[in-house]
Amino acid sequence: MSGLPVTDRTYSGAAIAAPTRTPLTWRIRKYLGFVFISPWLIAFLAFDLIPTASAFWYSFTDWNVISGSSNWVGTANYREMIEGDRLFWPSVRNTLYYVGVSVPLGIVAGFFLALLLNTKIRFQGAYRTLFYLPAVVPTVAATLLWIWVFDTRNGLLNRALGVVGVDPIRWLTSPDYSKQALIIMSLWSIGGSMVIYLAGLQSIPEDLYEAADVDGASWLSKTFRITIPLMTPTIFFNLLLGIIGSFQVFNAAFIMTGGGPVNSTRFYMLHLYETAFQDSRMGYACAMAVALFMVVLAVTLFVNWSSKRWVFYS
Amino acid sequence: MPDRLKRINPAHTLLYLILTTGAIITLIPLVWTLSTSLHSARDISLGAQTWIPTPAVWSNYREAVDILPFGRYLANTMVLVAAAEFGALVTCSFVAYGFARLDFPGREPLFLILISTMLMPYIVRLVPLFVFYGEIGWLNTYLPLTIPDLLGRNAFYIFLLRQFFRGIPFELTDAARIDGANDFRIWWTIVMPLAKPVLATVAIFAFQSTWDDFLGPLIYMGGDPNLRTLAVGLYQLKNTPGGDNLMPYLMAMSILTMLPVILIFAVGQRFLIRGVTMTGLKG
Repeated sequence: MSGLPVTDRTYSGAAIAAPTRTPLTWRIRKYLGFVFISPWLIAFLAFDLIPTASAFWYSFTDWNVISGSSNWVGTANYREMIEGDRLFWPSVRNTLYYVGVSVPLGIVAGFFLALLLNTKIRFQGAYRTLFYLPAVVPTVAATLLWIWVFDTRNGLLNRALGVVGVDPIRWLTSPDYSKQALIIMSLWSIGGSMVIYLAGLQSIPEDLYEAADVDGASWLSKTFRITIPLMTPTIFFNLLLGIIGSFQVFNAAFIMTGGGPVNSTRFYMLHLYETAFQDSRMGYACAMAVALFMVVLAVTLFVNWSSKRWVFYS
Repeated sequence: MPDRLKRINPAHTLLYLILTTGAIITLIPLVWTLSTSLHSARDISLGAQTWIPTPAVWSNYREAVDILPFGRYLANTMVLVAAAEFGALVTCSFVAYGFARLDFPGREPLFLILISTMLMPYIVRLVPLFVFYGEIGWLNTYLPLTIPDLLGRNAFYIFLLRQFFRGIPFELTDAARIDGANDFRIWWTIVMPLAKPVLATVAIFAFQSTWDDFLGPLIYMGGDPNLRTLAVGLYQLKNTPGGDNLMPYLMAMSILTMLPVILIFAVGQRFLIRGVTMTGLKG
């Protein structure tokens, strides 16, 4: 049943009913939608808009819940971020490193996995379920599991590496490996994006491949000439979600390393968390939150703008 | 061409090899966790862990549950889950009906705002909300993690439901309208029963994300030990001094907190995958 023409007609449902209705019910009906969306509207105002707006306001104050001070300090918080806070830039660098490595790796691995699973193979459903499984494991449980896998002395990873003669690596206690450990853990749950790619792959018309087969195209050239160009919207979507999500990486680092060793996993969110909930410097924390908000907004707009150059919308 | 399908194809062999290796790598940490949870603490600290523990120390599970007020944590988690489910299935659905089936001034801009709240970093709201909740006496109560959900704050669920509601043929609802049904009735008696598949999707998402939430319960309710959820309790157990000796218990608790989500995933996989893909394709 094609719903489209019907949709257009009844979207202004009141209009078609109008001849038989009185103008009064017509007018009330026009605002009935507000009754339906009112719970969300209240929640949006109370829990989204007002808190976000206050964050902007408080970012210009020295608001501290312990000392009780709350004075207008202009741009002092933002200046402190740039030149005063010695942990600010390390946290930015850590976060950029994490985003820069885990997002591309996740996209390549997830896409590759989806390509493999999109072929006509046996046990396709079983493989898909298995690869998706880690994406449903609760974060805290998953993190504890990986802490144990990364354990220097008895961990699974070092045992496996020991078999091939690699000396034990201090995954979580050496600043050289801590970020890598978190990235490895993030790759464990690429099943989530794999499923999105699979759905995209299945929506590519079969006749395109058949036409290419007639021309004798190889699997590789079909992948690069048909599959990847047609998948760019989905890749774009995953890229955006991946970047936004990774900028806010928190749970794994908070539970696993607490920001250490030597601040090597002190990510932006972790620094913000400690500023707000350990140092009680709410004003400065709000400034950091606003800065992150601006960066996420800028990245979203940039990815969106650049997508016009490489995303193929049929 | 037909021959290629019948004979053993080296490309296919390679494919199975890669996929099976990948599947094993994915699964091994979970198996290792299960194995750890069935070892004695002594064996673990001595590094004497084997894949199959002999004998399997099933009592670890009972003891792990006793170390923590497990029942209490489970009850706290379930309170939040109940609120999230009600909010997702009833309130979000109600709101989605407004966006999908009714015409009102400003609908499109409001919907755009709704969508944009999905991309907003939650941290921006976190600090002001924390202080605000403190001022109105909501800190260390269930309220910060139930009231917003009950009011249908979750834009993602509203979005998913709206997409589905839009696809329901208008003839169905028009017929009811001619019979004198108003929109509340149409929503509850016609749209809701038809929307069971997408409601299942949303219900699974709501369960998973509430069960998984860590930062929210930690910040808003973590100050009261009686209000810890399973996620927060598990984290606290890990941070207990001498946590290394607790490894089998930690792993047992991890397995226990994984079980419900994995079970739900097994039962509702169809709905879950559909939801995940709906998000992807509408991007």
